[in-house]
Amino acid sequence: MSAFLTVNNLSAALHGFDQRVLRSVSFSIDTGEVLGLVGESGAGKSMIGKAILGILPSAISIIEGEILLDGQDLQKMKPADRRRFIGATAALIPQDPLTALNPSRRIEPQITNRLVDILGWSKANARVRALELLNEVHIDNPERVMGSYPHELSGGMRQRVLIASAFAANPKLVIADEPTTALDVTVQKQILRLIRELQERHSTAMVFVTHDLGVVSKVCQRLSVLYGGKIVENSSVPDFFAGPKHAYSRALLAATPKYTDPDASLLPVDEAVIEAVAAEVLASDKEWRHGG
Amino acid sequence: MLDGRGSIKRRLGARLWLSGTWLGIMALLALFAPLISPHDPLAQDLFAGRLPPFWASGSDPAYLLGTDSLGRDVLSRLIHGARIAFSVALIAGLATAIVGSMLGLLAGYLRGWVDVVISRLVDIWMAFPPVLFAILLIAVLGTGLTSIIIAIIVIDWTRFCRVVRAEAMNQSAMDYVSSAIVAGRPRRDILWREILPNVLPTIVALSTLEMGIAVIVEAILSFVNLSISTDAPTWGGMIAEGRTSIYQAWWVLAFPLGVLFLTVLSFSQFGEGLKDRFDPVLR
Repeated sequence: MSAFLTVNNLSAALHGFDQRVLRSVSFSIDTGEVLGLVGESGAGKSMIGKAILGILPSAISIIEGEILLDGQDLQKMKPADRRRFIGATAALIPQDPLTALNPSRRIEPQITNRLVDILGWSKANARVRALELLNEVHIDNPERVMGSYPHELSGGMRQRVLIASAFAANPKLVIADEPTTALDVTVQKQILRLIRELQERHSTAMVFVTHDLGVVSKVCQRLSVLYGGKIVENSSVPDFFAGPKHAYSRALLAATPKYTDPDASLLPVDEAVIEAVAAEVLASDKEWRHGG
Repeated sequence: MLDGRGSIKRRLGARLWLSGTWLGIMALLALFAPLISPHDPLAQDLFAGRLPPFWASGSDPAYLLGTDSLGRDVLSRLIHGARIAFSVALIAGLATAIVGSMLGLLAGYLRGWVDVVISRLVDIWMAFPPVLFAILLIAVLGTGLTSIIIAIIVIDWTRFCRVVRAEAMNQSAMDYVSSAIVAGRPRRDILWREILPNVLPTIVALSTLEMGIAVIVEAILSFVNLSISTDAPTWGGMIAEGRTSIYQAWWVLAFPLGVLFLTVLSFSQFGEGLKDRFDPVLR
């Protein structure tokens, strides 16, 4: 069985620079599977999600590789067709709920737009669906929320709205870009449970971008560890927590605070390990240059 | 007040109300000028020249704000001047806003070569001294209300273009725009329904400011006799005439100057007030 999303040898670079920001990234996800992308800040986790959805910043572009979504090669499609296809197939749960909702529009059209404009639903049907979705994300008074402006809602509420909006059109792929990072700890847990619940109910394939290995262990089946835009380890979650293969992964895991003994376990990643993995990334660059 | 937010709100309210009231009165005067003005603004009465305003000795109660050196009623000329000033302000202000904002939105949202072309055009445009540019344009187009309006649009669209472009670029980088792209919504739709509403408060504030500027530009052009026909009652023209007899009849200069000042100030304050009112979140 071929995977629902396959990313093959994907590289991206900043215009006018020799440096790649994504270095020959490859992975695949089956329907109903959740892949965690972990790494430190700037490792390129979010960049991968953006590359798949076609929302890379204008200064960065894909220079090689292919993205196969539901058997279609995205790079070979016309931009307008690609956008329509992604709109009907995939969805994004963004990182920052404060900027991800348009401040000058009410919630209702922000959920129903995609249904009405892209999928051709009637306004009344879309409204019913939106109310249903807000119920699904456990919002108590969906009618009131639909008529509200984003600034009238709390961060947790907004993230719920964004999750509802992401699942509105029954997407087959959801990219969750650090969906809990901007929320406080008590809300984080509820939101994670909610995402997991919806993902299971709709058996959605999901890319879960995070820097929190604790979250990965709860939500994902497999994970990829990134450093400097390169995947240093692909592994299943149980295998990874039993014993990561790569030295950097081991250090990352060791650096995760454990609730049982927070002081003793809070180790920084060893500099020697960082140097080693950085050298590895540079070596792969050299190889890539000679190969290409 | 204990509540900081409340006290800020009250201040904004006063600003909006004061400026709005003044502009409302002026707009009504402009609209009903022929019904309200006590005299024909063009009628000369050489025997009643340079009559002082009603409170000074030697005034004539028929001429509340006095008369100029040709015996024309200052009040009537002010009221009819409001008509010209407001026509220019509204038409030129709005047209400039539409032209400039449109180009700014396109440049800021589409980027690429569209942005390069529009931005370079703005750079070149802004290198011309505006008043000389206006005089040059009037010289080519001929005097008249339409020429003034065209001149204002041609000169001032860059003001909107620059600000709206920057704001559109800002908004385009927001996550909600990314979300709309991922949702597969067409680009046109994203520009009109996602970005424009968030740029609108800026456009509104700038538009009212622009209306004030249009009033000033019209006054400047009237002052140098490049506006409408020489005896037409424009505030700038009245100021120019009043200047020649400032020691004998200060009121001919002072009243139009005061009205001009208050109107321009009101336009800018009204815009600021509206912007704060429109903003869904007080940023």
